[in-house]
Formats: sequence, C-alpha cells, structure tokens
Amino acid sequence: MTPIIEVEGLWTQFGDHVVHKDLNLTVQAGEVVSLVGGSGSGKTTLMRQMLGLEQPARGSVRVFGIPLHDSDSGTLKKIRKRWGVLFQGGALYSALSVYDNIALPLRELRAFDDDFVHDMVMLKLDMVDIERSHAHKMPSDLSGGMVKRIALARALALEPELIFLDEPTAGLDPDRSESFVKLIQSLRHKLNLTVIIVTHDLDTLVSLSDKIAVLADQRVIVYGSLQEAITVKHPFVINFFLGERGLRALSAVGESIKLNQT
Amino acid sequence: MPQAPTAPVQHPEVHEIRGADGACTVELTGAWDIRALEARARNLQLRLSEAARAGVRWDLSRVQRMDHIGALLIWRAWARRRPTQLAFAPGIEVFFDKFDAPGVGAQAQSAADMLALVRMLGARMLRGLDHAAGMVQLLGQVLIDSMALLRRPARGPWREISANLYRVGAQAMGVTALVGMLIGIVLSYLSSEQLKAVGANALIVNILGIGIIRELGPVITAVLVAGRSGSSITAQLGVMRVTEELDALSVMGIPHTVRLILPKIIALAIALPLLILWTSGIALVGGSIAASHELGISMHSFLSSLPVAVPTINLWLGLGKGVVFGALIALTACHYGLRVQPNTESLGIGTTNSVVTSITVVIIADAIFAVMFADVGISLQ
Ligand SMILES: Nc1ncnc2c1ncn2[C@@H]1O[C@H](COP(=O)(O)OP(=O)(O)OP(=O)(O)O)[C@@H](O)[C@H]1O
Ligand SMILES: [Mg+2]
Repeated sequence: MTPIIEVEGLWTQFGDHVVHKDLNLTVQAGEVVSLVGGSGSGKTTLMRQMLGLEQPARGSVRVFGIPLHDSDSGTLKKIRKRWGVLFQGGALYSALSVYDNIALPLRELRAFDDDFVHDMVMLKLDMVDIERSHAHKMPSDLSGGMVKRIALARALALEPELIFLDEPTAGLDPDRSESFVKLIQSLRHKLNLTVIIVTHDLDTLVSLSDKIAVLADQRVIVYGSLQEAITVKHPFVINFFLGERGLRALSAVGESIKLNQT
Repeated sequence: MPQAPTAPVQHPEVHEIRGADGACTVELTGAWDIRALEARARNLQLRLSEAARAGVRWDLSRVQRMDHIGALLIWRAWARRRPTQLAFAPGIEVFFDKFDAPGVGAQAQSAADMLALVRMLGARMLRGLDHAAGMVQLLGQVLIDSMALLRRPARGPWREISANLYRVGAQAMGVTALVGMLIGIVLSYLSSEQLKAVGANALIVNILGIGIIRELGPVITAVLVAGRSGSSITAQLGVMRVTEELDALSVMGIPHTVRLILPKIIALAIALPLLILWTSGIALVGGSIAASHELGISMHSFLSSLPVAVPTINLWLGLGKGVVFGALIALTACHYGLRVQPNTESLGIGTTNSVVTSITVVIIADAIFAVMFADVGISLQ
C-alpha cells in the first residue's frame, strides 16, 4: 500500500538559514503522527512543505503517492479536496461569518443545495462542540479557543482522508483539549483518517499519537512509538519528555513505559 | 472503515426491490462518501426521495463506504427520522449517531422584509450623519490632545511628521507634475482656439493664470493626493485595527491621535499647499508652451504679464485652499481608517469610502471657497 505522505531528502532554506537538511519522513494510511521539536525547529515549515505551500530547495514530497512539486494544477486540486488543514492561527476568513466559513468548501463543490449545506454545517458545529447560536458571529467576535474549533470544523467539512493540525490544543481549556482528543480519536476510527499533528501539548501527544517524529538538528532525529522516542539520548528529548512536566504526562496516561531503560 | 478488501469500490446506487409479499425494500450499494457523491449528489437525492415512502424497508448492508455527507443525504430522505425497518453494514451506523440528537435541520426562516428599501435609505442617512459627527469628534479629540503638546513641544511627533511629509509630499511630485503639465497644455490649447477666433489672444494669460492658480491647481492636486495618500492612510490605520496594533498602542497609554493622526493632518496640511504650488507652476509652464505654439506668445512675455493679469491674492487663496483640503483629506482618511472593522472586507470598503468621501469633501469645500471669495481677486483690470 502506498504511504499517504512520503518526504524524501528534503532541504528547506530561507536565505542562508537551513531549516531542514536531508529530512525523511513516511506516514502510512490511518496513522496519527505527531511532530514535536523546539520552537523554531521547523515543524510549521515542514507542514507547509507537505501542503505544497513552500518550495523545497532539494528533495521531494509526495502526498497520496503524487509528487506535490511537479504535478499539474488539476491533480493538485484533487489532492486538495482530500485533505483538511487547521492552521496555527486558525486562518478563518475574517470577512465571512462562522457559518459561511464552514459552508465555503461545501458550496465550492457545487454538488449540494443550500439546505443540505446548512444541515452539514450544523453537524460540523456539533462535532466540534460549538453552540449553533454562534453560527452567525464574525471571526473577530470569537474567543481564541472557539476560533480553533471552528477552524477544525472547516478543516473537516469535506470529510478529509488526511488532516493536518498545527497546535490544535493550544489555547483550549483542559476540558476542551480532552474532547478534542476524543473527537480526533472517534473520527480516525470512523473514517480511517490519517492525522499529522504539530503540538507541544504532552497530554494530547501521549494520548493520540501512534508515532512521534522528533525534529531537531534540521532533521527527524527519531521516528517511532512513544516508547522509542523517549529512549533517545538527545537534549531536546530529555528536556521535553523526561522533564518534570513530561514525566507527569507520561505517568498520567498510565503508559507502562520503562524509563530507566535508557 | 468498513471496506471489503476484495470487491472494488462501486458507485453509489439506489435499488428498489419488490419482495414476494409485496413489501418494498430500498437497497443502497456502493460508496456513499463525498468522493463518490460529489458528481452525483443531485441525482441520488432525487432517487432517494422517490424511493422513500412510508413503510419501506431500508437495507444499507451492502454500502461499501460511508461518511457524514452520505449519511446526511440518506437522513434527509428519511425525513430526519430513522425508518423502522433498517439494516446497516457494520461500522456505518456511527455516522447516524449525531443526527438522532434533536435539532439537526431546524432552520429558522426569516420573514421577508417589506420595508427593506425604506429601512436601507434611513440607515444610509443615519450612517452619513454618524460619519460627519465622528469626523468632528475626531478633530476635536486631536485638538485637545495636541494642546498638551503645546506645553511640551519636544515631545511632539516630529519624526512622524517628517516621514509623512516625505511620503505624501515629496513622493507625489512626479505624478502631480505629469498631470499638471498635461492639463496646462490641454487647457491652453483649447482656449487658444477660442481666443484666436475673437482676436483676444492676450487674454490667454488671464484665463490660464486665474483658472490654474485659483481653481484647477488646488482641486486637481487635492484629488490626486486624496486618491494616493488618503487611501494609503485609511489602509494603514485599517490594517492596524485588524492586527490589533491600535489596541496595543492604547494599552501602552500612547494616544493614537497624537502618534498617528496628528502627524498625518499636519503633514498633509503642509505638503498639499507646496504640491499645489508645484503643480500650478508646472501647469502654467505647460500652458505657456502651448500658448507660444498656438498664439505666438513667447514664454517670456507670458510669464512677465502673469503678475499683472492675476492678482497675487489668487495665489494666497490657492495656498489657503491647499491647507484646508490637506487637513480635510487627512481627517477623512483617518476617520475611515479608525472605523474599519477587524476583517478584511471592511478594510476594502473603508478604503473605497474614504477616497470617495474625501474627494467629495474637497469639492464641497472648494465650492464654499468659491462663494466666500466670489469678489476677491477676479475683477478684470
Ligand atoms: N518565510 C520565512 N522566511 C524566513 N525564515 C522563515 C520563514 N518561515 C520560517 N522561517 C524560519 O524557519 C524556522 C522554523 O520555523 P517554523 O515556523 O517552522 O517553526 P516551528 O517549529 O513551527 O516553531 P513554533 O513551535 O514556535 O511554531 C524559524 O527559524 C523561522 O524563523
Ligand atoms: Mg509553528
């Protein structure tokens, strides 16, 4: 079975600043992969590469087996209907109401009538736990956490097979983070969803991810299960997972992880 | 996802099967997900609603794929209620869970508004008044805030003023010169043709002198500056509103009237008269070139008879208009910039309104000037 995402020998460079150096990453269908790394280690940039928003200096990115950087626009358009993206800042269209933001991708298909779109939007709002009375608000009148959830609803509008989430739980209260985790879990079982998450939130990371890719030193230093990730002796890994907060999160989920194995 | 590993995925289809006992079964097969439905939704919707009669059995056990879109399509055909006789393929039922919660589909229809037109007209008028009041208020606020500066001139926004002067003044010299030159030439050429016919060649100096120095120079420069700098001021303040920079300034205790608005008003009030001087000068040069070509009046005699033909008061009037127009343009542009709502569409609307309003305001102010100074500086000597 072809992998959903294949990144091979990727170099990203801004001026003289090399962000990724010969980076490789493969994601199989149905996996939930978390990208972790220090601030500025290039997680968002890697995600933008996978979305075809950034041009690699070298290397290739394939999504659904299709190379992003030398395909014609018709092929790319088809790919773009099959994925959903939650940007770090939400990126809701500020001129459109919540309702229209979610309805936009559905209307763009021109396959469904207004009534159908309405029902679908309401369903998506229910899914992300937003009250329907907020549907006619403008994005500037929403709280930060609501923006996140509505952006998620928009990302889910076209029932994607692949979904990218950049810091999905940042700015959510613990309760909402929890229901967010549950939502993603239920969706992946229902829809066989492949999920790429960029996150600093250890609880989300531990409870959702099948695999963890740790970005440091311009590449993926480890890619594997949580168990494999925490056994790597790299200063970032040690600080991130085996610091006080990390240990607390690991023990909280009751993972039977042998820490002293290192 | 329930997906038979061997069978290839088929198109979604609706089959109506009549059993031996006369009972009707509707069987759905194939993939009922967005990828398959995208092209067929309308057709299937029709088929489903035809098939959906009371009392039929629904058999969804041969559905290969499902997602929320497909489920909603079927749900709507069921009139938002689960049919009593229903069979699901494994793993499909979950998509219908959310629908059973009350409320999906309850759509509030807003009644048609008969008085919409009247209401719109009224709203427009009130908005216009509101803008006028807002501008006066803004001007007042700027004056009050700048009173404090009079006591401490060293704290004034001098750097901002000079930066604005450069941007609205110096950088506009190219375009105003070009427009001024062309207007001068065209006006002079057209008037020459008429004057030649009545043999009043010498009057070209009066016509161009009064026309350009007193009216055309100020108004044309002001219109250009309103389009060029007014729009950029509105867009700048508007983006600052969208990105919450204005809020950041106010929480730091920096009044934006002093830092942002006052410098723009002062800069435009200084720059516009200077630009008018420049544009009128160039327009006169253009006019005299055309006059020498058409009427044989040399540039030297054109320029030397200018002070006689045009009383100096006209020049001061033109410059005075410049100061007023400049301040009005800046005030209008700032007002619209501050009124921008934090979304991109409002930014576009605000910028358009700002330019339209400031040009209108300039022309109204010009008319007022014309009435007020009707008997100053235009008597023929
Ligand atoms: N358009 C750009 N031009 C120049 N440098 C850039 C650009 N985009 C990103 N960078 C740089 O690339 C590096 C990685 O940025 P990126 O946004 O991917 O970090 P990140 O891992 O997502 O960090 P965070 O966790 O803080 O969101 C940073 O050093 C950043 O300054
Ligand atoms: Mg980032």
